[in-house]
Parts: sequence; structure tokens; C-alpha cells
Amino acid sequence: MAEVDLTSVGKVYPDGTRAVTDLNLSIADGEFLVLVGPSGCGKTTALRMVAGLEDISEGTVTIGGRVVNRVPARDRDVAMVFQSYALYPHLSVRDNIGFGLSLRKLPKKEIREKVDRAAEVLGLTDHLDRKPRNLSGGQRQRVAMGRAIVREPQAFLMDEPLSNLDAKLRVQMRAEIARIQRDLGVTTIYVTHDQTEAMTLGDRVAVMKKGELQQVAPPQELYDRPANLFVAGFIGSPAMNLLHGSLSGDAANPRLQIGGQTLTLPAAVLHERPALASYLGRDVVVGIRPEDMEDSELVEAPEGSGLSSTADLVEAMGSDVLVHFAVEAAQVVTEDTKELARDAGTDVLGHMERPRTDLVARFSPRTRVKVGDPVTIRVDTGRLHFFDIESGASIWGSDAAGSPRKDEG
Amino acid sequence: MSTADGTDVTPDGAPEGGGTDAATAGAPAKGRAANGAGNGAGNGAGNGAAGAPHRSLASRLVGRAGGTVAQVLLVLVALFWLVPTFGLFVESLRSTEDNNAGGWWKVFSHPSQITASAYSSLLDKPDFVDSFWNTVLITVPATVLVVVIASLAAYAFAWLEFPGRDWLFLVVVALLVVPVQVALLPVAKLYGNIDVGGFKMYGSITGVVLFHVAFGLPFAIFLLRNFFAAIPRDLLEAARMDGGSEWTIFRRVIFPLGGPAIASLGIFQFLWVWNDLLVALVFANTGAQPMTKWLQSQMRQFTGNIDILAPGAFLSLLVPLVVFFAFQRYFVQGVLAGSVK
Repeated sequence: MAEVDLTSVGKVYPDGTRAVTDLNLSIADGEFLVLVGPSGCGKTTALRMVAGLEDISEGTVTIGGRVVNRVPARDRDVAMVFQSYALYPHLSVRDNIGFGLSLRKLPKKEIREKVDRAAEVLGLTDHLDRKPRNLSGGQRQRVAMGRAIVREPQAFLMDEPLSNLDAKLRVQMRAEIARIQRDLGVTTIYVTHDQTEAMTLGDRVAVMKKGELQQVAPPQELYDRPANLFVAGFIGSPAMNLLHGSLSGDAANPRLQIGGQTLTLPAAVLHERPALASYLGRDVVVGIRPEDMEDSELVEAPEGSGLSSTADLVEAMGSDVLVHFAVEAAQVVTEDTKELARDAGTDVLGHMERPRTDLVARFSPRTRVKVGDPVTIRVDTGRLHFFDIESGASIWGSDAAGSPRKDEG
Repeated sequence: MSTADGTDVTPDGAPEGGGTDAATAGAPAKGRAANGAGNGAGNGAGNGAAGAPHRSLASRLVGRAGGTVAQVLLVLVALFWLVPTFGLFVESLRSTEDNNAGGWWKVFSHPSQITASAYSSLLDKPDFVDSFWNTVLITVPATVLVVVIASLAAYAFAWLEFPGRDWLFLVVVALLVVPVQVALLPVAKLYGNIDVGGFKMYGSITGVVLFHVAFGLPFAIFLLRNFFAAIPRDLLEAARMDGGSEWTIFRRVIFPLGGPAIASLGIFQFLWVWNDLLVALVFANTGAQPMTKWLQSQMRQFTGNIDILAPGAFLSLLVPLVVFFAFQRYFVQGVLAGSVK
């Protein structure tokens, strides 16, 4: 068990492709850090550099105080769980789990005991003599975990370990990984593209985009105070609605114009975000989380907190209802939103005749809105997010805005 | 491996492809085996569409008849193909007088003609027994050396990074097309010059073995390298993370996984060398000659000495048959199933 430090780590492939740029992360002893981002953002490359499977082009990686740039993978004393599990097909489950120990020339009896203990933790005791091909996906995943656990390494590295499981099993294994990591207290770096996994598992979550670190923070802070448009759009499901708006009024009575409709902001918003005062009278990017909107018929809607539109699509999820509607505000087209659209598989936002942005609101299931109905949406104006149009950075006080891309832990 | 490792998804992509390949390669083999079993049980071709509902009686009859006809035809062709071999086998079990008196099929009316005397007299000839041991002494080292050297080289070509690797592999592939006869004269001259302390390379068993190894290696490396390259990269990386050195990875992961390919290669190489006549004719002297050369030296232009050739041929067939049946099950094994995903 040890802390893992990455200091200005970069990766450039021989053909000149840059996968990771100036990555600074410090992972405390026993911490569970999740690296999350869209595919191709360099998170797996970063993990493989820590593992020793990929040369480190720039910067230094330290494990337990030891610089490991030149240390081969087998001597780094870290264990990795692969996306494909990478079980040895010719070995039984017992030998798969004990493989690392037998390479370290431990006595047979000790290996047996350790494997038995790991199998017990993972519920594999009945399957120890079977071959990987006779196991289900979940069991294979467990064997892969067992192979990591049994070595008692300084750190676990996990590369999308759950992505090959079906949805139900994934939830179950997610809880199991969290439990095992907590019980063992081993420093863990976990790579995923699934923001739900990132939020539920991580002590802290590091969001990456195109090889660059965007923000490192505990999950709730990432959700509440995203550093920029990319993090805001990436964390949360359904994603945060982003649209153009303009601020007006004065510090005591700020107002927000969205496509011809006006929302009154509580003065507290400006207390929370001192930097916002300088944006009065200017255009900003407004972020509204779907869960911060509600059917105005179900809640008390004070004056100046409603948007009216027409419900384009109503999706009943059981626990809540997702209502899609549009407002006449310009779409946000920046590098960040393009990257988000690419990740979601939607086309890059096209040019439109009239400014129009589709929004998603999460209503209580008691709503009676049907497709095509006019609907008034009550917006929790105290929980809006504001971003600079040019830089995409979140607008907070001067202090927070200064260092969104640094690792504070 | 390639320079396409630009993004972090590519390293994952490659092994995935490998895994799927292995899985799909396994599936049809299983399907064929199942079909074969069904046919054997008299199901005919109908089982190919067993799940299809409402087939008319006529179409089922046609299907079944078609299957049966094909099977009968295949069996007939196989029997026809085996007739000369069978005839030779029968002749090897009859005395010279009987063979001279009439064709081998007479044995069906006179089963009492069967005798093992030709075999026992052949085994009493010391030069035949010597040639048998020479064959073994040539074949076993030539096979073992090729398998060991080729698997090590193939691992290096498939999974170790070193400058000029791909060019070197191209050279190996190019060597595949060099025919044996091109090298006969130069190597014979070279062997003639090697004379160390009374040991003459030309004519010796060592010389024959080395020639076989040299000409077996290009194909062996090519075959194994392609098989090893299909092993998912994750497996090697997992072994590396588990603390394996390159040598351990080769010995404990690659070599066991390469079982089917190595077994196939071993059998092929064994059969080639065992049945080789050309190389032995050129490089082996009488003391080092294998069975093939000894049998060839027994050929007469006008009087066939069938009492030596027939049993000799069958004795030289025996060992390859045993080897083949001992290792054939490794051909069809899909060892990689279940390793990834």
C-alpha cells in the first residue's frame, strides 16, 4: 500500500501522436481514484504508464516514494485488472489466482492458503478447480480481481473492469469492488468511461479530455462545482442542459434572459459567485441540471422562475419522468460541447435558422404532462451554473476560477 | 505493436480482435464435429436443418438421400484409394513363392497363406535394423531442434521489440520459397570441408540433421509466429504484471497456449524428416543411412524383391502412424476459449 504520484506526466507515441499531456495527480495511500473521460482521452494510457506497460515519455511516476520510470512492470509491485480479464486459459482458477505468487517462488502451502482466502472473499471457493472457459462473465471478472488481491500489491490498477458485463451484473460487481477496496484499503486507480461508475466508486474523480486533466475532485463537488463546460456536461445523467443566456439587472436584483424569457435570480447567487457580478449585462453560458427543473403545477412557482414551452417528448422512467422541450436560445458550440457530442455519439451541432436549444427536465412521476402539451417549467434558479462563453470555465469567485485544472488533493 | 497505438483504445482493440478470432475459429470446428457425429448415427444431411419446421416429405427424402449418396461416394473413393496400400500390406504377409504365383487378392480364398516370415527375416537383417535406428536418430533431433528453436524465434518475432524485427521476419518468409535442391551442392561442398578430429560432417547423421533443421526452420518460425501473434496481448501483459520475465512468460504462458500449433508443427516436421529420401541420398553414407535410403538401395530394376520392400514400407509407416494418433487431438483443441471476455 502506497501513495502514487504523477508529476507532469506526458505520453507521445513514436509516430508523434500525443496521448497524455502534463498530467499531475497525487493519489493518497488507500485512496480510490477514478480516471474518467470519453474514449480516446488518454485515461487508459495514463494507467498503463503507471503499470509499466507503456513507456513514460515525460515527467515522473512515483509509487510509494520510489520513482518507477525505469522500473519494469514486474518489479513495480502493482496489480492490474484488465478489461478483457486476461485469464490464463490453460490454468485452473486456483492456478490463475496463484500465478503471480508462484512466479515469486512462495512456498506451495502459503500460496494455497492465500488463494483460498482470496477465493472466499470473492465467493469463488466452489470454482477453484474449473477452467476460465467454464465460468460466467461475472465469475471471470472475480477471478481477475482475485489475481490482483492475492498479491497484496502496493496499488490496484483497473482498466474498465466492468465494461464487459451486462447492466445488472455491473451494478452488483460495482458494489463488490467498492467493498473489497474499502476492506483492503489498497490504493486504487480505476479507469472508466462510465460516469455512474466514476461517481459511485471514487473517493475522488479525475476527468480527462484529449489527454488533459480537466478537474480532480470528490464526486459531489464535481457535480456541484464543475470547473468547466466539459466536466459539467460529462458528469450527470441525463446531462446538464447548456444554453446561451444573458445576464442583466444589478447586483441586488440580477436577471437572466433565456430566449426571450426572463428568470429572476436570487441575490445569493452573486454571493456564491462573486465573479459573476462582472458578467452583468453580458452573455454567458447557462447550465441547468435536469433535476433542478420541475413541473410548475406540482410545486409552488414564484414569479420569474418559470420557462414556458411545449413538451416534445415525454419519457416515463417510473421513478421520474424526463420531459424534452425546446427554448429559443442559442446552442452552445465550443470545443468542449463538440467533444461531449462526439462522446454521446450525436452529430456535431449544426447551424440552425432560429436559435433553438433542446432541453431535458426531470419531473416527478406525478406530472400529467403529455407530448404536445404546453408546459411551464419551474427552474431552481439558485442552482444554475454559469460559464464563460470564451473559455468555457465555470464562473465562481476569482480564487476558484484560478486553478480548475490543478490537482488540489 | 504497430504505430497505430495513437490512442488509448487501440491497445485494447487488438487483443479483442484476437480473442474473437479464436472464438469463431473454435465454433465451426465444434459444429463440424457435431455434424459428423450425427451423420455417423445415420441422421443423414437432415440434421443440418433440424430446427426448420414444416419440411415436406419429398424435400426431406431428397436431403437424406443426397447425404447418403455423398457418404457412400466418399467411402468408395477412400476404399479405392486404399486398395494399393492394402494390396502391398497383404503381399508383405505372404511368402515370395505365393506372391510370384498369383495376385494378392488370392489371399481371400487362401487365408492360410498369411505368414509373418517376411517381417521376421527383414528384422533379422542387421543393416535394416541399423537403418531404422538411423532414421530415429535423424528424425527425433531434427524435430526437437526445430520446435525449440522455432518457438523461441517465433516468440521474439511476435512479442519482443527489437530494431529490424519486421525486416528480419520478411527474410524468414522469403526463405520459405527456397527449394531444397538449390542448397544440395553448396552444402555438400561445405560439409566436405568440415573435418574436425576425425569427425567428417559429410555423410554423418549430424550433417543430415543440421540440413533438415535449417530447411525446417523458416516454415516453423512462420507458422508459430503467426499463431503466437494471435494470442491476446492482455495475457502477456497480465503475466508481466504478475511478475513474469520474458523467459517465464514464454515458458508458462506462450508455450502451453501454443500447444496445438507446436503439436501440428512437431507432427509435420517429424513426418517430413522421417519420410525424406532426397537429403539422405545426398548427405548420408551407408553407415548413417535411414530406412528410406536403405529401401531404395534394395530396389532392383527387373526382379522385384517384394519380400523386402513390402514389409520394409510398412515398418517405416508404423512409427509415423503412432505419432500421428498420439498427437492428433491437439490439432482441434481451441485452447484460447475463455481467456478473454
